This record gives sequence, structure tokens and C-alpha cells, in this order.
Amino acid sequence: MPQLTMAKALNEGLRKAMEDDPKVVLMGEDIGKLGGVFRVTDGLQKDFGEDRVFDTPLAESGIVGTAIGLAIRGYRPVCEIQFDGFVFPAYDQIVSQLAKMHARSKGTLKMPVVVRIPFGGGIGAVEHHSESPEAYFAHTAGLKVVSCSNPVDAYFMIQQAIKSDDPIIFFEPKRRYWEKAEVDTSMTPDSLWGARVVRPGTDVTLLAYGPMVKTCMDAATAAEEDGRSLEVVDLRSMSPLDYATVFESVRRTKRLVVVHEAPSFVGLGTEIAARVSEELYYEMEAPVLRVTGFDTPYPPSRIEEEYLPDLDRVLHVVDRSLAY
Amino acid sequence: MPAKDSPLATATETTPVATSSTAGPELVQLLTPEGERVSHPDYDIDLTDEEYRGFYRDLVLTRRIDVEATALQRQGELGIWAALLGQEAAQVGSGRALRPQDFAFPTYREHGVAWVRGVDPLRLLGLFRGVDNGGWDPIATRFQLYTIVIGSQTLHATGYAMGINKDGAVGDAETGEATIAYFGDGASSQGDVNEAFVWASVYNAPIVFFCQNNQWGISTPTANQTRIPLYQRARGFGFPGVRVDGNDVLASYAVTRKALDDARTGQGPTLVEAFTYRMGAHTTSDDPTRYRLASELEAWKLKDPLERMKAFLYKQQIVDNTFFESVEADADELAARIRKGCLEMPDPDPLSMFDSVYAEQTPLLAQEREEFGRYLAGFQGAHA
Repeated sequence: MPQLTMAKALNEGLRKAMEDDPKVVLMGEDIGKLGGVFRVTDGLQKDFGEDRVFDTPLAESGIVGTAIGLAIRGYRPVCEIQFDGFVFPAYDQIVSQLAKMHARSKGTLKMPVVVRIPFGGGIGAVEHHSESPEAYFAHTAGLKVVSCSNPVDAYFMIQQAIKSDDPIIFFEPKRRYWEKAEVDTSMTPDSLWGARVVRPGTDVTLLAYGPMVKTCMDAATAAEEDGRSLEVVDLRSMSPLDYATVFESVRRTKRLVVVHEAPSFVGLGTEIAARVSEELYYEMEAPVLRVTGFDTPYPPSRIEEEYLPDLDRVLHVVDRSLAY
Repeated sequence: MPAKDSPLATATETTPVATSSTAGPELVQLLTPEGERVSHPDYDIDLTDEEYRGFYRDLVLTRRIDVEATALQRQGELGIWAALLGQEAAQVGSGRALRPQDFAFPTYREHGVAWVRGVDPLRLLGLFRGVDNGGWDPIATRFQLYTIVIGSQTLHATGYAMGINKDGAVGDAETGEATIAYFGDGASSQGDVNEAFVWASVYNAPIVFFCQNNQWGISTPTANQTRIPLYQRARGFGFPGVRVDGNDVLASYAVTRKALDDARTGQGPTLVEAFTYRMGAHTTSDDPTRYRLASELEAWKLKDPLERMKAFLYKQQIVDNTFFESVEADADELAARIRKGCLEMPDPDPLSMFDSVYAEQTPLLAQEREEFGRYLAGFQGAHA
């Protein structure tokens, strides 16, 4: 089995999707000859031609707006937004047009559009290059929102997203692009919509997605030395959200800590805390706690390590949970 | 690919005019306000008597749809209505220029194009009554659902046109495909419209940008949107622009027909500015007496698109009173059908709001639908 970085796994997944369906086209800024600023589309224009992998003018609303038209024409566009902070010029087209087209046409117009967004911090970038805007999209009816946390998921989830007839915002944890894993391309993948217990445990459930899954895994390893058994759940899909897997885990551990880079206020953790409280009120030993970025703009990169949840902050909150 | 030599050359030769508030010498016209047929070196067309009559009939029926819908709104049967009064010629002319394989992307005011495209006017009323967001089939009619956020649809149309190119469906003058994107003078300021111009230009997309400059964006005059005539903007984007008398159905038809045929044969986009006037309010919620002069309205009344076509038909002696009577009878019948259909239009099932949000339903929506259904059912049999 080949060892692939997440960026390469995404590249291979895109390649497979394009081989499987001639209607799949890739569009975005600098994705052709350059292969994208993170090289996720490296070599694809060379192999599939400029008709199927094309560099667009530098205007994000135009990227998503024309992708909608291509979808009406029967194509399955995969848009690359170069960085998380650059998605907002396309926000109107995503929220007002892409998300609603299926409902307002009573299902006549399918919108099999994938919007790929490298997201999150930790790479020492300048402002607008390290943001976590997933909650804006998870809040929007008509969109589905997913994030891969490892190369295996990256390879399969991008293909599953492209096969979906619903519009999907596909968040790629940019600081994990270079992490490697063996990818068995012959295996049968899990459902795109399912959360997954990636490390079983008994004392506290850590719930994360994208870049924070590795942080939580590291925290669980460290906690083990102190005799604490932490379960880690990779949410994978933020919308729809696999509550069944979350509830099942928390029923066993009776404690839940949600971890994400995005700010806490009205974030994914807020929604999860409310649902879990409603469902498991009598079974919990502690309130749902959150470890998140602060409710500030993303800070300058020299202090981003203080902003981002890390192993110590996760374990600190685990201690709080266990103290109830 | 940049625009071809000839259209670019045409655009380059265009002389700027001082203001956009008057129809300058560059206005393409085939029918004067008095109903005189005039020729034009670039846009001459040859129509049969039957076609002339067809144009007139569509103009009358379109106006009748609009008048009836306005009345229905006043009587509380529609939540709102965006009247097209005054813009019938721009819409009927451009709509009839479409070939069956062409795809139109409208705003929320293209009732005349919808009529020509074969969309049942009742489906338009459904949107404004609030029973759905447009109940027609956009694929079957090749007429996209109305778009409310101004300018957004120009990008959709451009993307669709890019798909036509990818399918290799351009080149043939008969079977080649093209798209038309409708928008207004107000939307011309939107970023999306300008991005659509850029995209269409660099990808040489088979598209016609059809701007109905009706002089007003609610209360905002065109002078607040542009310092140059809107059609001249095309030049900066690298494709031709042309201004047509939007109250002249024949010129609107001829100019759009040529632009569409240029697009379908691989010559790229054209911007058509149909110079017209919104005779009514922006919508039934608007009061134009607060911001514009009655004298302006009076001046435009003299350019009425129906009256000039009627005068032309009389002068040509290709109709008689029986024809006009039969068109009026058709209009009366249509209005009666619209009224009846509107009054009988049922409200949707509340639970339908959960359907079709996704192609693949989510557990959350399935649960909300089920729970809300049970909640509603709890009221059944209860005393009112």
C-alpha cells in the first residue's frame, strides 16, 4: 500500500473521480499548470486537459456562480477556493443560490457542486489564510459540510462528495496536508455522513473534525499515561451531523468535550452541546464543555499557537470535565 | 479566447455619447414611435405578415397578463407583483429571438419572455402569491426560475454557456446553442454582472447579456449606476455592445437574434442594452410619485410599444378589425383563466417545506418533518 500525504490522497481521489465520470470538471485559481497553491490538483490539467481542469479569473463569486450554471448544464464542478478567508466573495452565490436551487426548483435542478476549501491555522500565514468558517455553511439549509482528517478519508471522501447530488462544502485541514498514511484504495469506504470512533475509551469523549482530530488523538495518548481513557470521535460530516454515533459514545463515557479551531460562540460545539444536553440530560456526569479558538479575529501568526486548541488546553478541559 | 476581430472592431468604432438619459443616434430602431418601418444597415429583417401579427398578439397578451396580475395583487390575491408595463417589446422581441435549444436566465420581471417561452402565467403568479418559488420546469421550458437577488443569474447563464462550449454545441448556425441572461440597469452595478462579463469574455462563452435599461432601480436613476451608456461597457470587457430601442419589438428581435446567432456560431458574447422605460412602479409595494416626474412618464407614453406596432399593422394593411377583436378576445380569455386559476390555487402542504431541500434527505430534516407532522395532527378534531 502506498504512503500518501493528505494532499496527494486528495489528488488521487480527484483523479479517480475524473476517470469515473467525464462530467467532473475542476475549476479554481491557479489549479492548472501550478497545481494549486497546495499542489492538490498537481498534474491533473496535464492529464485531463484544459477543458476539464481550468484556471479561472480571480473572482470567487464567479467561480461558484458559473459552477451553478455548469451544474444546470449537467456538469459536476469541483471548485477550489484558494484559502478559507477568500470564500466570502462567493458567500452570496453559495448561500443564496447554490444552497437553495434544489429546493426552489422542487428537485428539478440538482446541484452536484463541491466547493473545496483549505481551512484552519497553524501554518504561520498572514491574515485571511487561517480561518475556520465552517459554521456559516453548516447553518445553511441545502448545503452539506464535511471535513477529512487523514489521507484515507481524504481519498475516499472527496470522491463521495463529487458523487453526491447535493452541494458540498469540503473543508481540507491545510496544516495536515503533508501528514502521511497508508491508503488502501481498494477498501470499501464508510458513509460520507457517518462520524467515526477513531480511538475507543471509557472516561471522556473528545469530539473533533479536520485538523483537531490529530490534536485529540495526541491528547488521548498523553492522558493514557495518567491512567485516563479518552475516546476520540472524528465527526467527519458537520452537516448532516451523525448524532447517533455521538450519542452512543457519550452514553458510555457520560462526558463530552468538543474541540474545534473555530470560535466558540454559535459554533459547531454550541449545536452539539444543545443536542446532547437534550438527548442525554439524565445520563451525563458533566456538562458538555468546549475547547475552541477564542472569540477574536484570527490573531497574527506569531501568537496563533496560543489561539489554537492544543494538547494541553484539551487536557485542561478534560480535567474540568472529570472534576464534576 | 478574446473576442473575434469583427465584433471588437465594431465596438472600438463606437463613439461615446454624452449621457445615457437620451436615446442617441446609435439607437437601433426598425419601427418608429409613429409606427413607421425604417431600415437599418446591420439589423434588417424580413418578416411575414403572420409573424408581424404574432408579435402584436404576444405584446397584447403579455400586457394583459401583467394588468391582470396587478389587479389580483390589489385585490389581495398576490403578495406582490413586479409589473413589466412598458417593457413588453424588449421582452417579446428578445424572447422570440430565442431558438428552441437556447436557454434563458431571467430576473423576476421577465413575464413577457416567460410567455413566449411557453411558461404558464399561472406558474409566475404562484411565486408572487407565495405558494412556491416558481413552479415551472426550467429544463423543459429552457427558462430558468426567476432570480430575485439582482445579477446573480448572469453568472449562472455564463456557466451554462461555458458548458455549451465544453459540449462542442457551438458552431452551427441552426443547431448551435446559446444562452441569454436578463438583467437591468440597477444590476449592472453588481459585482456578479461584471464578473460574468469577464468570464464570458475570456472563455468566449455563447451568451447574450440582455440589459433592459428601464431607467429606474426602484427609486435610483440610471445616472446613479453609470456615467457612460451601459452598452459601451462591453468594449472594456472585449466584446461588442449595442443599444436598441427597447420599445421597438422588431428591433429588439433583430438585434437579439443576431447576437444569439453570433454566440451560437462561436463568436462569443454580446451586450444588448434595450433602452426602455418602467411605466409602472418597481413593484406593487412601490410609489414612484415620490421620486420621478409625471412629465417623464408622459413623454414615454408616446413611445408605447403596443401602440406603435398597432399603427404599423394598420398602415401595412395586413390586419383588419376582426384581427384586433380576436386578439382582444384571446386576452380576455387568458385574463379570465389566470384569475380563476389564481383564486383556485391551493396553499401548499406545510410539510412540503421539508421536501426537496436536499437530493438525499438528511436525518435532521426527516425528524423535523415527522415531529412537526405529529404536532399538526394533534390539532385535528380540536375545536376551532
